[in-house]
Amino acid sequence: MKDEVFRGLRRAWQVFFLLLFLFLLLATTSRLIRGYPVEWFLAIDPLAAVSTALSTHALHGHLWWAAPLVVLTLVFGRFFCGWMCPMGTMHHVLGFLLRSKRVRERLERNRTRRSRAVKYAVLAAMLGAAFAGSVQAGLLDPIATTWRALSVSVFPALSNATGGYYQGERRFTWSLVAAGVFYAAIALNLVYPRFYCRVLCPLGALLGVLSKLSLFRIVRRAEACKDCDVCAADCAGAADPAGTPLATECMLCLNCTSACPRGAIAYRFLPSGEGTSQTTDLSRRRWIAAAAAGVALVPLTRASAEAEPRPDPRRIRPPGARDEPAFLALCLKCGACMKACPTGGLQPAATEAGLEGLWTPVLVPRIGYCEQACVLCGRVCPTGAIRELAPAEKVGRPPDVEPVRIGLAAIDRGRCLPWASDTECVVCEEVCPTAPKAVYFKLETTTLRDGSTRVLRRPFVDPKLCTGCGVCETRCPVFDRAAVRVTSTGESRSTVNRVILGGRI
Amino acid sequence: MGSENGIGRRALLRMAGTGAAAAATAGLAVALSRRKVDAAPAPVRMRDHRVERPSGSVQLAVSRGPDAAANVQRAIAALGGMGAFVRKGEKVVVKPNIGWNRTPAQAADTNPDVVAWLVREAMAAGASEVVVCDVPVNDADSCYERSGIGPAARAAGAKTITPADGGFRDVEVGGKVVRVASVLAPLLAADRIVNVPILKHHGLTGATMALKNWYGILGGNRARMHQEIHPALVDLALMMKPTLTVLDATRMLAANGPSGGNLGDVKKLDTIVAGTDEIAIDSYGAGLMNLNASDLGFIVQGEKAGLGRADWKSLKVVETNG
Repeated sequence: MKDEVFRGLRRAWQVFFLLLFLFLLLATTSRLIRGYPVEWFLAIDPLAAVSTALSTHALHGHLWWAAPLVVLTLVFGRFFCGWMCPMGTMHHVLGFLLRSKRVRERLERNRTRRSRAVKYAVLAAMLGAAFAGSVQAGLLDPIATTWRALSVSVFPALSNATGGYYQGERRFTWSLVAAGVFYAAIALNLVYPRFYCRVLCPLGALLGVLSKLSLFRIVRRAEACKDCDVCAADCAGAADPAGTPLATECMLCLNCTSACPRGAIAYRFLPSGEGTSQTTDLSRRRWIAAAAAGVALVPLTRASAEAEPRPDPRRIRPPGARDEPAFLALCLKCGACMKACPTGGLQPAATEAGLEGLWTPVLVPRIGYCEQACVLCGRVCPTGAIRELAPAEKVGRPPDVEPVRIGLAAIDRGRCLPWASDTECVVCEEVCPTAPKAVYFKLETTTLRDGSTRVLRRPFVDPKLCTGCGVCETRCPVFDRAAVRVTSTGESRSTVNRVILGGRI
Repeated sequence: MGSENGIGRRALLRMAGTGAAAAATAGLAVALSRRKVDAAPAPVRMRDHRVERPSGSVQLAVSRGPDAAANVQRAIAALGGMGAFVRKGEKVVVKPNIGWNRTPAQAADTNPDVVAWLVREAMAAGASEVVVCDVPVNDADSCYERSGIGPAARAAGAKTITPADGGFRDVEVGGKVVRVASVLAPLLAADRIVNVPILKHHGLTGATMALKNWYGILGGNRARMHQEIHPALVDLALMMKPTLTVLDATRMLAANGPSGGNLGDVKKLDTIVAGTDEIAIDSYGAGLMNLNASDLGFIVQGEKAGLGRADWKSLKVVETNG
C-alpha cells in the first residue's frame, strides 16, 4: 500500500542520513578528511544560520545551505525532524525499542502535551540572545549537541577502549558534562519517545514555526474516521492526528497514514491549511517574555569578570579564531574543531571562557599542542568562528610577515631544570617549530652545590618569534605542571591582549 | 509441595539448585582469594642484531652523487651487499628519523628515497618482513605522511607501524644512567635493525646522527634523558647493537635543528655514509658539519665505552662517486 511505501522510504532516509552523519564525523580527522564536506550537517542547520545571522548580520561559509532547507520546510513541513535529523533518528529508534505492546500505553506516551510549548520559549530565548550578540543555540541544537557529544565523549571512549581510530588515548575536559545534554536527551526517551524533540529542541521549534505556513500537511477526514485512535498510538511528534493534526508538531513520520485502516488520514497539498492546526501553545506574551529573557541574559552574563578586556590566561583560542566578541557571536560549540585537531589539544572550555563561552574551544597545551603545518580547525568550522587559514599565512615569515599567534610561552624559572636545579635539559628549545626558534638558550656558567662549575644551557623565550603553539609545554619533562607554559597574551586576533609594543597603542 | 512418597520432585530440584549455588559461591571465594594480583610484566632484553663479518671487510662506505637511492645502493654494495647483513626469512626493522611534521626539503626527517631503497634491498635479500617505524615528536600520522617516508616505505613493500599501533614494552637497558626504558614494541621482534638517521644540527648535543637517532625508539617521559644526554645516548646505543647504520646526508640541516623549518638552513650534500661502526659514522658526520668529533660528548664517551672508533680514517673505508 502506498502509505507503507512512503513510511518505508522515511525509515530508509533516516538510516541513510544517520550513517552519513556518522561517516562525516568519523572522517573529521587529518588522516581521513580528504575533500569531504564534513561540516555539511552543521552548515544546513537553519537554527545555526538564523542565530549567526542575527548576531553578525551576515551568513558565513556554507551556512547559506540552510536556505534550501528552510524553503523545503515551508513547503513540506518538519520533514527534517522525521527524515534527516541524526539525533531525531536516534531518539526514534530508542523510542521504538522501548515501546509498549499495549496501545493504551502508547496512546498515553504519544499524546499531545502542553509542555510542547517549552521548546518555543527556548527558541525565543536563544534568538533573543543571538540578537544581543551571543550565540547559545549550540547548547541545545540537536546537530551541534550530537556532534559535540560524539566528538568529546562517545568516540574517544570507544577508541580508548578498543585501541582503534585515534593515535593513542584521547580525552576531553569534563567530557561527560560537555556531552551531558546528549546523554540526558537520550535518557529522556524513557519518559516518553522523542521527549527532547517535543519539549526542548529549539531547531524543531524553529522548523515548527516555519511549518505554520507549510503547503503540504497531514489532514484527518472526519467523515471517514471512526475514532479508533490507532493513528495517535505511534505519532512521533505527538501531533494529535486523532483530533486536529498539528502542523507545528508533525514530523512526517507517516506512522499515522500507514496505521489508519480507513485511509482517513493523509498527507495532502492544502494551501489553505483547513482541517489542520498550527498553534505553538505559547502565548504571545510568553514569546516576548522568553525572547526578552534571552536578550537580558547577555549583558547580565557579560557583567562577570571573565569577559574582555582582561581575559583568562588559559583562554587560548584556535589559530584563525576571530576576536572574542565575534567568536562568541559565531561559535556553535559543536566541537568539530576539537574533533579535527590532530593532537587533541582543542578542548571544550569549562571556566576558561566564562559562562558564555562554555564548551567553546580552547587550546590546552598540557594535553595537546597546535601543529604548525595544520589548519584543520578553520577548515571544519561551520560558522566561520575560526577562519580557515592558508598554511603560509599561519606560519608567516619572520621578521617581515607576522605569523598567526595564539599566545605566548613563558619559562617558569622556579620549575625549569636548568634554572631551578642546575640540570641540563632544553627540550623546549629542541621541539620549538619556528625557524629561528622562539625558545633559545644562553650558555651560562653556574656553581654547583659541591663547589664545581658547570656550563648550562638556560632557555629564554623571544616574544617576537613565539606563536604560542604550546609544543614546548606539551613536551616539557616536568610532567605534572610544565616549566614552560603558554598563556593567551600576544594573540594576533586581539588588539588589547598584547605584550610587545607592535606599533599600535 | 510434597506427595505421599515424602519430599516432592520440585522440592528436591529446589534444594539441588540451592546447593549448587552454595557450592559455586564457596568455590569462587576460594579460587578468587588464591589469585595473585599480576605485577607489570618484567622488562625484556633487546637482542644483539649484529652480524659476524669476515676480517678485512669494508667498515665504512661513503657515496656521493645526485641520486640518493643510487648512493645507498653503491654504499651497501661496497660493504658487501645487503645479503651480508640480512639472511632469508629474517624480520628487519628499518628505523629512520620520522620525528617531525616536515617536508623532505626541510631536512628534519630522513630522506624517503633513502628509506625506500633500504626497504627494497632488505626485501631483495629475502627478509620475511620489513617494518619501518619511529616515535615522532609531532603527531605521528602527519609525520609519517608529510615526510614522505610512510608512502615511500609502503610502496617499497614495508609495513609502517605508528606508536599507537605498535605499543611499547619495558626493556632492560642496564646502562649507567638509563636502566629501564619504554621501547617501541616492533623493535623487539626484529632480527636485524638498520639505523637510518639524518644529519642535523642539534641545540643540546651539537649534532644529531646515529646515536641520537635511538632517542626515537623511546616512549614514556623520554624528555628526561636530556638531563644527562651523552651517557644516556651511549647507554641506548650499547643496548641496540644494530646490524647496519646508514647516515643520510643527502640534505643536512645546518642550523635550528632538530626541528628546522627554514629552507635557508638546509644544505644539499648528496652524501650517504654507511657502515657497522656508529662512532666512526658519527665522527665522519661531525666532519661534514665542520664540528670536531672530540667536542661531541656522545662520540667521546661512546668510544670510551667500546662502541667504536672515532678515528674513522683508521678503518677500512671505501669512497665512491656517482
